[in-house]
Amino acid sequence: MPYFIDRRLNPKDKSLGNRRRFLKRAREELKRAIKEQIKTGKIADVDSTHSVPMPARDTSEPNFRPAPETGERHYVLPGNKEFTPGDRLPKPGGGGGGAGEKGAGIGEAEDDFRFVLSREEVLDLFFEDLELPEMVKLSLKEVVAYKPRRSGFATTGAPTNINVARTMRNSYGRRIALRRPKQKQIDALAAEIARLEAQPNRPGTAERLKALHEELERLERRRRRIPYVDPVDIRYNRFEAQPLPNANAVMFCLMDVSSSMGEREKDLAKRFFVLLHLFLKRRYDRIEIVFIRHTHEAREVDEETFFYSTQSGGTVVSTALEEMQRIIRERYPSREWNIYAAQASDGDNIAGDSERCAALLNGELMQLCQYYAYVEIIDERETEIFGTTDNGTSLWRAYRTVADKWPNFQMTRIARPSEIYPVFRKLFARQQNVQRR
Amino acid sequence: MSTTSTLLFSGSDWNFKTLARVYDAIEEIALGELKLDVYPNQLEIISSEQMLDAYSSVGMPLMYQHWSFGKRFVYEEHLYRKGRRGLAYELVINSNPCITYLMEENTMAMQALVTAHAAFGHNHFFKNNYLFRQWTDASAILSYLEFAKKYIARCEERHGMAAVEAILDSAHALMDQGVFRYRRPPRLSSERERERIRERLEYEEQTYNDLWRTLPVAPGRDAKKAEEEVSERKRSLKLPEENLLYFLEKNSLILEPWQRELIRIVRVIAQYFYPQRQTKVMNEGCATFVHYFIMNRLYDQDRITEGAMLEILHSHSNVIFQPDFDDPRFPGINPYALGLAIMQDIQRISTDPTAEDRDWFPQIAGKGDWLEVLLDSWANHRDESFILQYLSPALIRKMRLFVLRDRADDPYCEVASIHNERGYEAVRAALARSYDVAANLPDIQVVDVDLLGDRRLRLQHRVKNGILLEKETRDETLRHVRRLWGYDVSLVGIDSETGEMLYECSSG
Repeated sequence: MPYFIDRRLNPKDKSLGNRRRFLKRAREELKRAIKEQIKTGKIADVDSTHSVPMPARDTSEPNFRPAPETGERHYVLPGNKEFTPGDRLPKPGGGGGGAGEKGAGIGEAEDDFRFVLSREEVLDLFFEDLELPEMVKLSLKEVVAYKPRRSGFATTGAPTNINVARTMRNSYGRRIALRRPKQKQIDALAAEIARLEAQPNRPGTAERLKALHEELERLERRRRRIPYVDPVDIRYNRFEAQPLPNANAVMFCLMDVSSSMGEREKDLAKRFFVLLHLFLKRRYDRIEIVFIRHTHEAREVDEETFFYSTQSGGTVVSTALEEMQRIIRERYPSREWNIYAAQASDGDNIAGDSERCAALLNGELMQLCQYYAYVEIIDERETEIFGTTDNGTSLWRAYRTVADKWPNFQMTRIARPSEIYPVFRKLFARQQNVQRR
Repeated sequence: MSTTSTLLFSGSDWNFKTLARVYDAIEEIALGELKLDVYPNQLEIISSEQMLDAYSSVGMPLMYQHWSFGKRFVYEEHLYRKGRRGLAYELVINSNPCITYLMEENTMAMQALVTAHAAFGHNHFFKNNYLFRQWTDASAILSYLEFAKKYIARCEERHGMAAVEAILDSAHALMDQGVFRYRRPPRLSSERERERIRERLEYEEQTYNDLWRTLPVAPGRDAKKAEEEVSERKRSLKLPEENLLYFLEKNSLILEPWQRELIRIVRVIAQYFYPQRQTKVMNEGCATFVHYFIMNRLYDQDRITEGAMLEILHSHSNVIFQPDFDDPRFPGINPYALGLAIMQDIQRISTDPTAEDRDWFPQIAGKGDWLEVLLDSWANHRDESFILQYLSPALIRKMRLFVLRDRADDPYCEVASIHNERGYEAVRAALARSYDVAANLPDIQVVDVDLLGDRRLRLQHRVKNGILLEKETRDETLRHVRRLWGYDVSLVGIDSETGEMLYECSSG
């Protein structure tokens, strides 16, 4: 009789730790591979599975191994059919007969092996190191939401907060200390008086009755003087206002869809927002996203319309800002919400409106917003002209003045799809020092 | 058991009672008829996930943590999920008691087969083969692994995961060069002893006095004296040394005690697996022979049903399937097939020899007692010597073995010998050589190091048959050697016959 052990109930995934170590080690390389793929491919592809070659660097396990195409080897093979000594056979393409080449065989198989990363893993790798800037800082700095928290007892307070148990305890202690006559004593006296009054002819009853009445009156007087519950007994539950970290966040996506935006510009802007959308959905569970698109008038739309519907018209950028302001006022009081905004436009605006935009931002919006990113879609040819200079469209020039004033205002330009991701990373890099100027 | 039926089981479901009944029946035949001598058995039932886990920790029940095991796991899991590879029916560990894993998915017939194969075949081989007896310590390995796992986890806590990983990476790269091939390794010491050695090491490090080195040397030494010094130096370091990990562990100037211990752990595990690599054919052949014999005997005794026997034979013939070299399924020579064929051939030669057998095997031909011959061969050979000793012309003809010579500078392969009168010896020798692990691994040794000078570690690769090293991995591995050694490392390739220098490279 052998010794049987049923191991099936043992915890599985004994090698989970090792697997995690491996993925961690491969992480850098996987990240690089994905970024490479995404830069060359379509941005929207972020949102799908990716097949990545088994990372070679950092996870290779080198050792001294024989080089396959050197020297002289002898292979012993089974199943000879027509060969006689001296026969010469052309070498197969791969080189080597295979026998005794087990090590090499395994190596090759590993090279073929590709990782398939799920959508979640891709996004995780893709958005690593990115975050909405200053999210927590503000919450701690300007505490605006409180939650009451029980903390002991107080002698003053609202009647609704009376703590009965604590109050009655105090009252009981005081009653004992001051010897407040008990109801039982009074009842006993009253009963005695009643009994004596029922038989009034007994000798000495009158005196006795008189004494009892006096006693009863004294006790009742004392009872009146020492109340059952005195104001000094009363205790109230005490609450302290505890500051609440404000994790509510809303992102405003403002996109120019006017006719000056060509297909290319719209495509770039949409890609930027797709990325932003994915990022927010991925990293923040409870973030609200407001989509505003504008031509000469602005409208809040749903996700579907924002990304897919076509509409055209003139350009009045300030309408979008006004719409945003209105929505904030109605739905997102800045005391309770961290407000972020990203705006994409080709920079064209109706004459005089850019100044109005700057005024709107300077006036109220920038005080409400945690962070405001402006992305200008420009022509590829314009990159040379504008480059890093402060020149640019009227909107760009107007926004320069805003950017100079507000450290939490960022602006940048995109000319081609491959720039979207770097720009995106720049805008949302973790621990970005906003006060860099 | 009912009196009307002698059957051990019917149907494919198993339970522990049936397993025990079958085990007892198998044990009776294994110990009684085959005269096997085994460690006590411990049979463990595991699920397929657990089998995958076991795969990735090199088949051991406990193992320290390292990312490379995770890599193996991801790889194995990938193949398994895609259905490209099935899982083994069993896994057996050379330990005392001998641990055998049985998969829960197996049918009862398979469990019987696996019990005979692993718990008796492999177990007997582990306990009796001279390589295992001399080079591994079955009763100490599990507690050693437990110590290793705990020790490495402790090191990770104290020194950080990255530092531990770096040392393990480097040590893993040199695992093939981390075994003693000729010198017998020391037994696994007990925990207490290890503790003492470690303390001793720490004491030596603390009291090391660098001043001794600066003692003035007598001036005017001549060339002869310098040469003497070199040989003296080599002698004191016991050079040349084939076990690179051992040398680095003992002599590296930059390693801390815990790092030496890590190298030692990797080295001990490499040494533990070394006999298994040298006895693949014999070990599997022995286990296959044993299960085949026992299952047939059970069937003859009417103790298993025809259906169960058919299932057993089906997986038996799958296991020993040997495709021809031109078959697309050809993966190399199947060790199960080769081992079993030679052993059955021994049985035939002992009992029913032909004239040719009498010429080739005068000691065993017609001896009658085939079991004695087999038990003796199992105990006293490794693959190379076993094939060289027992591969018969009859079997060479049956398998139609031939030798193909492959020269790097020749666009053609040449058929060197085939299964004919002139070729038998050559085929047999070539096949035996291909199973000589030591001869097929690159022969790299530490030849010199001047500890008082530039401390450059000089390695020498004795190139056999012009087979060089893969350049990329060679340079990477050298960097690992350098990490453990701390100073420059150079590797010189010397042709083992002519002594000509073929290449030179360094870690610089």
